[in-house]
Order: sequence, then structure tokens, then C-alpha cells
Amino acid sequence: MADTTPISFDNSAITGPRGAKPRRRLSRRNIFLYGTLLLISVYYLLPLYVMVVTSLKGMPEIRMGNIFSPPVEITFQPWVTAWSEACTGINCDGLSRGFGNSVRILIPSVALSIVIASINGYALANWRFKGSEVFFTILILGAFIPYQTMLYPIVILLRELGLMGSIGGLVLVHTIFGMPILTLLFRNYFSSIPEELFKAARVDGAGFWGIYFRIMLPMSLPIFVVAMILQVTGIWNDFLFGVIYTKPATYPMTVQLNNIVNSTQGVKEYNVNMAATLLTGLVPLVIYFISGKLFVRGIAAGAVKG
Amino acid sequence: MNSSNYSVQIRDLDLHFGEVKVLQGLNLDVGEGEFLVLLGSSGCGKSTLLNCIAGLLEITDGQIFIEGQNVTWKEPSERGIGMVFQSYALYPQMTVEGNLSFGLKNARVAKDEIKRRVARAAEVLQIEPLLKRKPGALSGGQRQRVAIGRALVRDVDVFLFDEPLSNLDAKLRADLRVELKRLHQQLKNTMIYVTHDQVEAMTLADRIAIMKDGKIMQLGTPDEIYNRPQNRYVADFIGSPSMNFLEGTLENAEFSVGSLKLPMTGYNFVNGGASNGETTIGIRPEHVITGELVNRASVQTSVRVNLVEPMGSDTLIYADLAGDQVRIRMDGHAKVCTGDDLAIGIDAQRASLFDKKTETRL
Repeated sequence: MADTTPISFDNSAITGPRGAKPRRRLSRRNIFLYGTLLLISVYYLLPLYVMVVTSLKGMPEIRMGNIFSPPVEITFQPWVTAWSEACTGINCDGLSRGFGNSVRILIPSVALSIVIASINGYALANWRFKGSEVFFTILILGAFIPYQTMLYPIVILLRELGLMGSIGGLVLVHTIFGMPILTLLFRNYFSSIPEELFKAARVDGAGFWGIYFRIMLPMSLPIFVVAMILQVTGIWNDFLFGVIYTKPATYPMTVQLNNIVNSTQGVKEYNVNMAATLLTGLVPLVIYFISGKLFVRGIAAGAVKG
Repeated sequence: MNSSNYSVQIRDLDLHFGEVKVLQGLNLDVGEGEFLVLLGSSGCGKSTLLNCIAGLLEITDGQIFIEGQNVTWKEPSERGIGMVFQSYALYPQMTVEGNLSFGLKNARVAKDEIKRRVARAAEVLQIEPLLKRKPGALSGGQRQRVAIGRALVRDVDVFLFDEPLSNLDAKLRADLRVELKRLHQQLKNTMIYVTHDQVEAMTLADRIAIMKDGKIMQLGTPDEIYNRPQNRYVADFIGSPSMNFLEGTLENAEFSVGSLKLPMTGYNFVNGGASNGETTIGIRPEHVITGELVNRASVQTSVRVNLVEPMGSDTLIYADLAGDQVRIRMDGHAKVCTGDDLAIGIDAQRASLFDKKTETRL
């Protein structure tokens, strides 16, 4: 059936431009666009640049006051000091102690809160029970109550539980405070998975846990990454709970950092402070760079239904 | 037929969502090996009814029996049903083989038995080359076959289909429709099939249940539904283009509207005899007689053509009859133009009479 009736056109009157419209690389629009982007990037990167540069200078060079100039003599001593020699109170082992504490707080908090919240979200999305909407509303309400109002009641709670000042106590606090937003995140994600899939699994004889582990979990990697990033960043950067519910031996890194930077005794060692701050910020940064792509995908998947 | 010959029995089924009564006092018997189609427009409760039978929705009141067993309180997997969904609902992270065997693994069937059953289902549905693929790498038709296979491997008594062909394109839908019919003839399982497509319903069904507002309007063979609709809703719903309705009066077995008089001798009245009063007559567009056969019709008249719609296989004529616009179906070769006068004949035996108030068949 290859040959079709040839159709002839009158081409005599057709002249002028043809094909794709050419584009100028350096149009006014492009200059404006990239100029703005460049300006904003500089604006955001400048403080980071100052921090990195300052942390690599010695104190004499800093005192000269040229905060934007690159270091004449590069020294890594401030980093070493910040990590293992800076003094807070009577301890002179730098941030390393706080780092250890933070890791010991972070891992169980993140794991526990994500495990519980994902099961919560799954149950609320797929196994509606009587009062599940009320339960969900109360849970979400928790996200809008300022933390400050709950500080003292939790002090009492931890004291009664015998967890005040311990790492376990802080893990519990982080797990509870992560619940509203994480449950919402997981519920919305699981609601976006077609309901028929869930029904098919029920007809196939899978129960609550069977469906959770064999159907839902394998489909939900992106949202788990999102939850992980949110929790790692939030818990690692937490200062308020850390300073209230722990004691010097169990201070997380952020509290330790504050104690180094805000020490009122002696000379302000700006280079050590900058190095300490960069060290503290490194963990969330690394996590974000490793899983950034999945993060964006997960946020999008959670936001759009169907 | 005693009760043991029924595969699915539903007794006084009620389903309420809060204040909304979705299903009310519904009774239905489905025979062993029967292909029953639940047909209705969207929102009529047909999918809801299917979900109730499957046990995916908790009912408010009533009983459901499958193969003589009261399954009212049983889990979906304990009811001896397999279900095929509109969106296929294949588990995306599993291979076709994994999808087929998932239910069997949950039921702790022995490994050799799983292999044997998966192989048999794959053979029946001709999806053997696809077993190692994931659903994402399959076409719509292949996916639907796998979904059917998932019900097939479980050796169930009753198959439930929830608009299984609606997501496919027209040609594939027609192909799979034929295949489903063949599958039913081969397996002889009871099948309950939900659709809003009347062609699917007419071609597949042993019996059709037409539903509206959570109630069954008529339950009967496709022939009964088409030729003897029990009420005006069913008459209007079935048939495309839909039935023409003329409102007039019935007196002494003669229907009259305006100057048109139709003697109803030969019409099969439900109660044996003719009644009098305000009546609606329904005439299918394809039952209006045209051409040379007009002379043989019991009533002959002439209409003015308003509009002609050629559709290839046939031609649809819009014309005025007794003050109402009617549709007349002629064959594709008909040479009719707008404004022509067309001689038509009407056969009383093929018409349907409805009481104007109750809208039930006379």
C-alpha cells in the first residue's frame, strides 16, 4: 500500500523564512537573565567564601582586616584546633566530642522517626479506621505548636522517665517532634499510589505488613530519601533541644560549636570559629550532595497526585 | 434451580457512606459458570457492588454467599475470588512472574505447584515470553493479560472484572473482548463484569444487570434487555443511537399521538391485555422500516428529513414525526438528502410501550 495518490501544491507564491527561527546567544533577555543569576549566586556564595578563606588564615593575617583577600600563607592549624584542641569549659578536645554525640543522637533519631512515621502514614493512607481523620488532624496540629511552649512539660516528662540529660532522652524528643511533618509526608506519598494496587494486594492475600513491606516499601525509595534528608538536617542542626535536654558530657555538636564560638574568655580566634562552623555544617551538606537528585524527585512525587 | 446451583448470591445488601445510601436492599443471584455484566452509567453503584462482593468494601447490612459459603465477614483472599482492575494494578517492582505468583506465595502454596500454575496461566494467556519482564516494559494489552493471569493462577471460583478494558484503545479493546469471551468458554468460571460500555455488555454477557442509583433496573439476557426493556430508563440506556420516545395515549389497543395512529395488535402486553391511558411508545431507530419493505409494515407514514448523518456502515436520519424529532437508521447506501420526504413503516410488535407515569413496561 506504499503508493498513494500524489497531491500537488502550488509553490510559486511561497517565499521568505523557513524552518526553525534562529536565536541570538547574546540577546538582551539572556544578558539580563544570566546577569541576575550570577549576581544572586555571588550574593549567596560570598559569606561561604569569607568563611573558607578566614579558616585558612593565621590570626596575624586576620587582624590586618582584609576579610575578602585570599590567605597569603595557607594554614590548616585552625581546623585541627577546632576539631581536637579548642576548649569549652574544662574540656579541651574540640568539636570531636560533640561530633560523636551528634552521630549517636542522629542515627537512632532518624531511623526511629522514619520507621514509625512511614507506618503511620501508610496506615492513615490505606487502612482508614474509625476516627483516623481526627487522629490525623490532631497529629498535624502538632506541627503548628511552637516548640517553646512544650519545653518545660518535656523536661518534667524526661525527668519522670529518668531520661533527662541522656542521649536516649534527646532521641525520644527528636522522634516525637519529627512525627507530624513526616507522617504528613508519608501519608501523602502513599495516598498517591493507586488504590487499586492496594486492593489487588488484598485480593492476593497480603495483610497489613505484607502490603507494607512487599508492595509499598519497594515503591517509596524517593520519599524515604526526602524524609531522611529532612530529619538529618533538622536533627543535626538542632540547638534548642540539644542545649536543654542534655548535659555537657552529652552535648551535640551544635551546642559544642556555640560554646567554642561564644566563649568570652581571651582572644576571639576567628579562624578556629570559622573552621568549627564549617565542620559542623559538613554533614548535612554531604548528605544533600549525595542524594540531592532523589530529594527533588521525592518532593515532586509527594506533591503531585496520580 | 436450587440454591446450590448459584455461584454468587447477594441478599438484601445495603451500603451507606455516612448519609449517602449507595446500595439499597439489593438482591442478586449469579448462576454457576454464568457471565454476568453489571452495566450502568458512572455513579450507579456497579463498581461499588463489585467491591462489596470482593470484600474490599465493608457492607452496612445484608449477606453475600459465594459457592454456598457465607463470606459476608471474610477477607477478600478467603472468598475464592480473583479480581481484574481497570488500571491493571500490577506490582511495578516485580516481574510478570512475580506478579503472578504473589498471591500463591501469600497462600503458602508449594514451589513446584506455583511454577506449574504460573506456567499454565502464561500458556492460556500467551504471555510466556514476558515472564521475566517488569510491567513497565509491557504494552497495555499485555498488562491486562497479566492482570487476568493473576486471577487465573489462584484457581478461584469467581472472576470479578472492574472495567478491565476501559483503558485500552478501541481496536485492542475489541480484540481483548473476543479473547475474554473465548477464555470464559474455555474456563467455564463464573464471571462478574462491570462496564459502562453497552457493546461489551451485549457481546459478553449471559445476563446483564442494568443498574441505576444503587438499584438493579432490569436483570435479563441481552436479548430481553434490548427487545423487552422493563422500563423507560433501560430502554433509553441500551441501544446506540438511543430509542425514540413519543408520548401519546393508548385506547382500545391503539396508540395515538397527533394524527399518527398505531394499532397495537400483535404487541405482547406484560399483563396479557391492553390498558388505557397516557402512554409512551419507544421505537428503536433501527426498527423504523424504510425502503421497499415499507409496504409490508402495519403502519405507513411519511416524514420530512431534517438532517442526515452518514456513518459509513449506516446512515442516521433525523426527521419530524408527530411533532417530535426521531432518529431513523438506514443502511450506508441510502440516498437521502435534507428536506426529502421519506416513506417509513412502523411495526407495532417491535415497539415498546411504557406507562407515562410509572415508566414501566406495559
